[in-house]
Amino acid sequence: MNLAQLLYDLFFDYTLRTVALGSALLGIISGTLGAYAVLRKQSLLGDAISHAALPGIAVAFLLTGSKAPLALLIGAAIAGWLGTLLVNSVVRNTHIKDDSALGIVLAVFFGFGLVLLTYIQKHIPTATQAGLNKFLFGQAAALLERDVITMAIIGGIVLVLVGMFWKELKLLTFDREFAASQGFPTRALDILLTTLLVVAIVIGLQTVGVVLMSAMVVAPAAAARQWTDRLGRMIFLSATFGALAGVFGALLSSSVKNLPTGPTIVLCASTLVLISMLFAPNRGLLWGWFRRRQNRHKLHLDAQLHDLYTLALQHNDPEHAHSIVVLRAMAAGRGGVRHSLEELAKLGLARHHEPDSWSLTPKGYQVAQQRFNDPLSEGAVTI
Amino acid sequence: MTTPQIEIQLIAAVTAVACALPGVFLVLRRMALMSDAISHSILVGIVLAFFVTEDLASPLLIVAAALTGIATVSLVELLNRTGLVREDAAIGLVFPALFSIGVILIARYAGNVHLDTDSVLLGELAFAPFDRFELFGYDLGPQALFLMGGILLLNIVFLLVFYKELKLAAFDAGLAAALGFSPTLLHYGLMSLVSVTAVGAFEAVGSILVVALMIVPPATAALLTNRLATMLWLSALIGIISAFCGYWAAHWLDSSIAGSMATMTGLIFGLVFLFAPERGLLAIAQRRRRQRWEFAQTMLVIHLLNHEGLPDAETESRVAHLSEHLRWEQDFAKQVVHQAERRGLLQQHNATLALTDQGRELARQAFVA
Repeated sequence: MNLAQLLYDLFFDYTLRTVALGSALLGIISGTLGAYAVLRKQSLLGDAISHAALPGIAVAFLLTGSKAPLALLIGAAIAGWLGTLLVNSVVRNTHIKDDSALGIVLAVFFGFGLVLLTYIQKHIPTATQAGLNKFLFGQAAALLERDVITMAIIGGIVLVLVGMFWKELKLLTFDREFAASQGFPTRALDILLTTLLVVAIVIGLQTVGVVLMSAMVVAPAAAARQWTDRLGRMIFLSATFGALAGVFGALLSSSVKNLPTGPTIVLCASTLVLISMLFAPNRGLLWGWFRRRQNRHKLHLDAQLHDLYTLALQHNDPEHAHSIVVLRAMAAGRGGVRHSLEELAKLGLARHHEPDSWSLTPKGYQVAQQRFNDPLSEGAVTI
Repeated sequence: MTTPQIEIQLIAAVTAVACALPGVFLVLRRMALMSDAISHSILVGIVLAFFVTEDLASPLLIVAAALTGIATVSLVELLNRTGLVREDAAIGLVFPALFSIGVILIARYAGNVHLDTDSVLLGELAFAPFDRFELFGYDLGPQALFLMGGILLLNIVFLLVFYKELKLAAFDAGLAAALGFSPTLLHYGLMSLVSVTAVGAFEAVGSILVVALMIVPPATAALLTNRLATMLWLSALIGIISAFCGYWAAHWLDSSIAGSMATMTGLIFGLVFLFAPERGLLAIAQRRRRQRWEFAQTMLVIHLLNHEGLPDAETESRVAHLSEHLRWEQDFAKQVVHQAERRGLLQQHNATLALTDQGRELARQAFVA
């Protein structure tokens, strides 16, 4: 399938359009709430919630006997919410740390979910495996228009709530104690934010699956975090990244044979993280590497200037030339002496004499005097 | 019980103990979720090794998977060291990506062979007895039993040899490093152990039960004891009980054995969380209640001692006055007085309270403390 055909289908093919819309919605919502989770150091809560949702889906099916997405999603949300409550209760009341508490809820709820799923499979004849099993790894192709509409409505409510409580949630995320001291109901806000996270995760279960949904919470937010230090921009970016990963992943998996949706979407999101970590300005690894190189270069020049200045001070004639051998001995292991000297010469601070010796220029002497005799001068200038 | 039933339970019990031992240190070192990460990402190693050997029984699969586990740990640390993401986020980024690669590789290139994601993730203990371990034509037992038995032995030997070092590193990593035990070596040693155990258990019971068996029994044991040695054997015991109960529950419901065992570990944890002596929710609630009454009685005797022998002693020592002075509800005040009287801290004459020697002593002690 070529690109033009794919783009055409994206807008005019019913299945593909539904899948792409659903995945985009899922990415936007999980990206938005994921930003809060990552900032609040709750990245792995998503993992526990999504695994904990499995028994909820099974119980909802056992109770209602229908595979209508809304019923199953409500079951999933209740179970996910219960799981979070349990994690909190264990951490608050015992000395068990949050990592163990998350692990307990994740494994036990999921295990119980499996028991229920296998029970349903064997004892309830109407339940074909396809219906519930898609929740394990997700199946975007199975998305229907009504699923997307459900997602859009729930997601819309979630986003509106985030907007309404923007200031409160921001304060809660960055300075909880201050929020409490200002009289904001931090516990209620905690519950609100957790509930929204649960809803965001549950929305994605159908498409990405229980096992990998946590990545959709962490990855877009972690990628967005690299580009900005402002919450608003981070959330916007996170939602965009989530949507991009969702659409790309869903498109790839529906156009290539045997490519499961959930893992493909997750890999798209992981790629975005990798790109962001490498190339983001300021925080990015390449940027940091470049900055370190520049600093090292500057320090080398400074040290070279200092060596020349030290020698100049020991002579009556400040412009007396010294052999590069002497300068190399002074550098004591610092490489690139000739290179630094040439750089200084280009700046008009040092001068080459035959045979291969160097001295400061009058300008170089002046600069060195200013910089090294009065260490504060440079700071004073920048201020 | 039929022979396969006994064998399944044996495999499960051995796996439970093998997982619980390194799990204790994961829980103590606050790295419990590393088991989640490792048990998921080893899938890539298994798949890649399978492509090379084209043999699911090859020991190379275990080696490759264990290496992937260690690679996961290093990758998480590498991400963490860049300072761009926090540790929890680093774990949450690494293992879904690796697991996704594994799932995609299986779906695209290994669809026809006996290697499907469901069995890898969920495990199928019921089939474990079908793979026999044969030597010179003799049937010695199920392969999984020997594999897990070997891993259990490895874990026990590692624990015995490095017990002191592991203990010190778990409780005081700084001191361990200062005394010259290499933290990196211990860390990677433990992580290798976790990886190897996860790989072995993975085939038999699936990755989720690996997480359950590694985290839940040790966390449960941590609620019951403060001693490392006790914690180790308690975790093993809880693992074994979960394995047996889980098997029979699954048998009764005709459902997933691994899931049922994970559920059992959770049930035992829930029971201990509620009823553990000292640390259970009930014990905590009871202690808080008792402390509330004891504190009230101490307040009362201090109040009485304060006014004893002074002109206002008459009015201050009236029961009716307490609600005003100590801001107690009338009923509460009456009950406190009643309890204090029963303990012999004070005596009551015509609704006026007088301290006994014992009451005076308690009040003075409360002041000094």
